[in-house]
Amino acid sequence: MARKLAVALSPDQLQSMLRTMHMIRQFDLRALDLYREGAMRGSTHPYIGMEAVAVGACAALRPADRITSTHRGHGHCLAKGGDPRLMMAELLGKATGYCKGKGGSMHIADVEAGILGANGIVGGGIGLATGAALAAQLAGRDDVTLCFFGDGALNQGILHESANLAAIWKLPVVYICENNQYAMSARADKFTSVPDPEVRAKAYGFPGVSCDGMDVMAVYRTVADAVARARAGEGPSLVVCVTYRYFGHHVGDPLNYRDKAEVDAWKTKDPIDRFQADRLAAAVTQEIDAAVAFAKASPEPEVEALMEDVYA
Amino acid sequence: MSRPVIETTPAPAATRVLTYAEALNEALREEMRRDPRVFVMGEDVAVWGGGGVFGVTRGLVEEFGPQRVRDTPISEEAIAALAVGAAVAGARPVAEFMYADFMGLAMEPIVNQAAKIRYMFGGKASVPVVFRAQEGAGRGNAAQHSQSLEAWFCHIPGLKVAVPSTPADAKGLLVSAIRDENPVVFLEHKILYNTKGPVPAGDVAIPMGVADCKRAGRDATFVGVHTMVHKALAAAEILAAEGIDLEVIDPRTLVPFDLDTIVASVRKTGRLVVGHEAYERCGIGAEIIAQVITAAFDALDAPPVRVCGENVPIPYNARLEAAALPQVEDIVAAVHQVVA
Repeated sequence: MARKLAVALSPDQLQSMLRTMHMIRQFDLRALDLYREGAMRGSTHPYIGMEAVAVGACAALRPADRITSTHRGHGHCLAKGGDPRLMMAELLGKATGYCKGKGGSMHIADVEAGILGANGIVGGGIGLATGAALAAQLAGRDDVTLCFFGDGALNQGILHESANLAAIWKLPVVYICENNQYAMSARADKFTSVPDPEVRAKAYGFPGVSCDGMDVMAVYRTVADAVARARAGEGPSLVVCVTYRYFGHHVGDPLNYRDKAEVDAWKTKDPIDRFQADRLAAAVTQEIDAAVAFAKASPEPEVEALMEDVYA
Repeated sequence: MSRPVIETTPAPAATRVLTYAEALNEALREEMRRDPRVFVMGEDVAVWGGGGVFGVTRGLVEEFGPQRVRDTPISEEAIAALAVGAAVAGARPVAEFMYADFMGLAMEPIVNQAAKIRYMFGGKASVPVVFRAQEGAGRGNAAQHSQSLEAWFCHIPGLKVAVPSTPADAKGLLVSAIRDENPVVFLEHKILYNTKGPVPAGDVAIPMGVADCKRAGRDATFVGVHTMVHKALAAAEILAAEGIDLEVIDPRTLVPFDLDTIVASVRKTGRLVVGHEAYERCGIGAEIIAQVITAAFDALDAPPVRVCGENVPIPYNARLEAAALPQVEDIVAAVHQVVA
């Protein structure tokens, strides 16, 4: 089923996903520049390296579906259709920004577009997403809410309370853990009780799966399955996307807790490079397939042609 | 869902005598009938005793079903957070906390989410949620089930805070709280649930931010909440026998706060006593006095006096509990002090 859903994405949709991944990367690279030149206040948390997660997950949504986001939220907002102009204006604290300059990077929201806000509290969106799913259920709608959070939020109490409630009420919510390996300096493998956090879903009686968070199509297929389940009234799921943030937690991160070799190793799995390479290979494969099909369908030469073309 | 009409048309005011709990129940029932988006969630609000530990939600599940009257697990943070998320997504939740003390577990979604979402999002979201809880001492529930914590919530911009003292106020304010586009912390008092009073029938909302003069008087102004209103009325009878005429004002909501009514009273009497069961230190009484002094220093003939809970955890023993709480005689003594 998941495969079929994934295949059902049109070339235009795939192209749009690639474009959004580039958009996220360039948006956050530019935000880093703006921060360093003093145009931004507070802090900024780049999503660079994690683009496949937001884009793959949001590709599984309809416009009326909702998301909740995190402090590292630019990618989620762009993937759910946020306007980069209004986001950038918000980063610069301008009156034209999404929040009229009152929220900044960590509070960008567009409720009408289903973006129920980035969130400055780790795990702060988990209960909100679960509540939005409850509202959809109460209103008799089949809208789904995607709840993005990081590995750091795995150990917040609200996740336990919300997951239990979502399970007993079969709420249409998909919990998407972006395991980017670090919560500030805290390594997920040292600070979370299990190396594969998706197993925690078993404790609540709903599916927990992991996927390659550097592979946008893997994220899409996995989340599309969970969304289909939620939309059908079968309740929540947990999807853990294994990914990596290329930059520090925010600008000014001393980055003394990981080494360059580790970062470089992850960069070899770059989600944009990979998707582009996969797209190119797929296009070539399509062309080769067409060539094979053409060849197979073509007629054998007639015997009469035997002596043709020996001389002009 | 169609958008319901929310204009209030006062019905012909047939007035009955109801308990405070019955009045709250009537407000919930009428608002749930009026607006299908309104729903109730909390611990033991549906099944226990037919609806709620104090009976406030009694019979609601029979009329509205378990979808709209939801018993929850013991998960206070999630109760608050789901209510906030549901409100942002178009529902109108009334979330109940069995005891205000338990709201300590839910402060993150109340303080960091509900109170701030509208502002953080540039005014482009509404959070029409009511957080109901009961507070107060007097039943030997001891330190973790007896506190009056209204000041916590008054401190946070973005929250409204209601503290009704009578059945009529309880109904009218809860109706307004449910219709409000903002998060409202609606604090009831456990001792008041069985008190009775006249309550107008039908759709009668009491606006937030309008104080009520419970007793007119010339010589001193008392401003207090919950049980202190009733204790002040009792004190006023004692004082009247001495020829001292006490005015008793119930602000009814602490945010928004009807300073004008209180300043007008102080301009008449020149003397102010404030009272609450909550701990005196950093209680709302300090804020009320500060606001009155700033607005009407010239009108005061004596320093204002607070009659408040002692700065101590509420004890279990009846004699100690009574000593921790402000009593009628404390109000009489405070009024003597300001009129001296």
